[in-house]
Amino acid sequence: MKTWIATLAALGLTAGAALADGHGGLKVGMITTLSGGGAGLGLDVRDGFLLAVKQAGRDDIEVVVEDDQRKPDIAVQLADKMIQSEKVDVLTGIIWSNLAMAVVPSATAQGKFYLSPNAGPSALAGKGCHPNYFNVAWQNDNLHEAAGGYATSAGYKNSFILAPNYPAGKDALTGYKRMFGGDIAAEIYTDLGQTDYASEIAQIRASGADSVFFFLPGGMGISFLKQYADSGVDIPVVGPAFSFDQGILKAVGEAALGVVNTSQWSKDIDNAANAAFVESFQAEYGRLPSLYASQGFDTANLMISAFDVAHPAEDPDAFREALRKAEFDSVRGDFSFASNQHPIQDIYAREVVQEGDVITNRIVGVALENHGNAYVDDCKM
Amino acid sequence: MSTILLIEQVLNGLQFGVMLFLMAAGLTLIFGVMGLINLAHGSLYMVGAFAAAAVAGVTGSFVLALAAALAAAALAGAVIEIAVIRRLYAAPHLDQVLATFALILIFSEGTRWLFGSFPLYLDIPDALSGPVTLPGGIEYPRYRLALIAIGIAVALGLWWLTARTRLGIRIRAGENDREMIAALGVDISRLYTLVFALGAALAGLAGALVGAIQSVQVGMGEPVLILAFVVIVIGGIGSIKGAFVGALLVGLTDTLGGLFLPALFRLFMAPDAATQTGAALASMAIYILMGLVLVWRPAGLFGTRAA
Repeated sequence: MKTWIATLAALGLTAGAALADGHGGLKVGMITTLSGGGAGLGLDVRDGFLLAVKQAGRDDIEVVVEDDQRKPDIAVQLADKMIQSEKVDVLTGIIWSNLAMAVVPSATAQGKFYLSPNAGPSALAGKGCHPNYFNVAWQNDNLHEAAGGYATSAGYKNSFILAPNYPAGKDALTGYKRMFGGDIAAEIYTDLGQTDYASEIAQIRASGADSVFFFLPGGMGISFLKQYADSGVDIPVVGPAFSFDQGILKAVGEAALGVVNTSQWSKDIDNAANAAFVESFQAEYGRLPSLYASQGFDTANLMISAFDVAHPAEDPDAFREALRKAEFDSVRGDFSFASNQHPIQDIYAREVVQEGDVITNRIVGVALENHGNAYVDDCKM
Repeated sequence: MSTILLIEQVLNGLQFGVMLFLMAAGLTLIFGVMGLINLAHGSLYMVGAFAAAAVAGVTGSFVLALAAALAAAALAGAVIEIAVIRRLYAAPHLDQVLATFALILIFSEGTRWLFGSFPLYLDIPDALSGPVTLPGGIEYPRYRLALIAIGIAVALGLWWLTARTRLGIRIRAGENDREMIAALGVDISRLYTLVFALGAALAGLAGALVGAIQSVQVGMGEPVLILAFVVIVIGGIGSIKGAFVGALLVGLTDTLGGLFLPALFRLFMAPDAATQTGAALASMAIYILMGLVLVWRPAGLFGTRAA
């Protein structure tokens, strides 16, 4: 009897595998951060992605989700497992650029497609670009370039800038400096995951700068904003949306009110796809979506639009061509790919405001219109 | 570099140091008295912060939140001592490390299950928010000054407890010879539970106090735990005085290193490279300090046995 059950189970497994491979089903491997300090980001990307798959009603798309714990070595192991034994067709999900650098080049070299819902390190946009790598969120520099552009137009002349010491942190400061017309009072790299910014804040106080630009995603931003608000330093702050997403605003509270931040997405972008997304995300998960959720949602919809044309394992060229066309309803409105397969899109300036009990963001203007990225010419495909 | 900046950084270093002391004191007590390596100490820190955030969210009172943090962490400490740790005193250190590492995972997942993955909100009480102007025109956050005061008060209290009370005599006796005090009629298992709960409460207090200026989230205890281990190794394992001196040394080295090393490299390097080299070296500074102390005194500053 036992043998029978085992045999049946084994048959069932192989049948399932055959279905996924042979009968045109699509298998997606999502490696993202679901535990530790960056868990909120990964959860939002996952939930946004799964919501899109669910809304499309596609039973032929299977998503395997694994937690990378924000550790590059674990992300690499998971990617190997997904490619070798799970036999996924498309990989996605990575939040952090150092993890993306560890996973993406080897995945694309093995013929898999990688659709990035977040991390967009400059190395993968320029010399390391690949036909099978698409970034659906932004190139890392983008929101920071917009922040630099905003700071210039706001009349700031002297900025104190800080970011964590990892690839995206360096891209952030590079991006800000590219678009900022004033001087840099000081430039500081903090530890990734640092929680106490007393020392940095003391240096800001002593610097004589007229503005502070910071890129501290996840829990780092919460710590910084709370401590900054309590320090009595009143130099205005600008930053990318990563430190002002919905999860962070809830934990920071009123300390963030009035801060201007830059984002390619906001819940008040006026289009039908976005309105439907914000409403259905709230209905499904009981919280407001963040920009990460919107990126997960767009990534899934882009993938589905291309899967309607071709299966990535059966006809990779047609699948790739369909991805490049980006024929899906982005919640951001106009969306297209530059030749290095990173987005061309509007980037908005938002202000942190209070709406009833909820602290959230409102668009105050467009910081950069139809913005691509600075690495297009370095990418030879 | 202005004097004001320097003084502010010294205060920051002190504040960081006394918070590390709250963590390290419990760790060193537990190691000194019971010979146990408790990796789950960081989880107790997290328990304190979450308990404080939850109670502050419901009642809005910071004092109640602190009381809840102390109670929850002490209770969690007592429960894991009775349920798990008690079986490990005779076991080799590797078994202790494995078991307490398992506790970290259980606490982290349990907390995530209860509170979710998004950071919680815990704010500074109104009475302590905002900056205060110190003599010499230095503006410094009132809350951080309060943290320094609380840390020093706890250090004095612990010194009084170990040096002047009956419980303290038992704790010190337990460090020296546990068979002998058991033979003298002291209920050793109750003493152990008590010490463990005391250490846990200190960690919980630190978690709640620091949680108000940082983010209250799953996994917040582990980075602090590593530093607390560095502190007790520098101070000498089992010594409260050593933990205090070690914590201040680590706090000051870390803060001032982050300030001076990049400035030092800027004297003879390009600014970009100097910032990066300086920052990299600054994050190593406390480990270099630990190395130097161990070369000079292999048992730590106030340790009696080799670490």
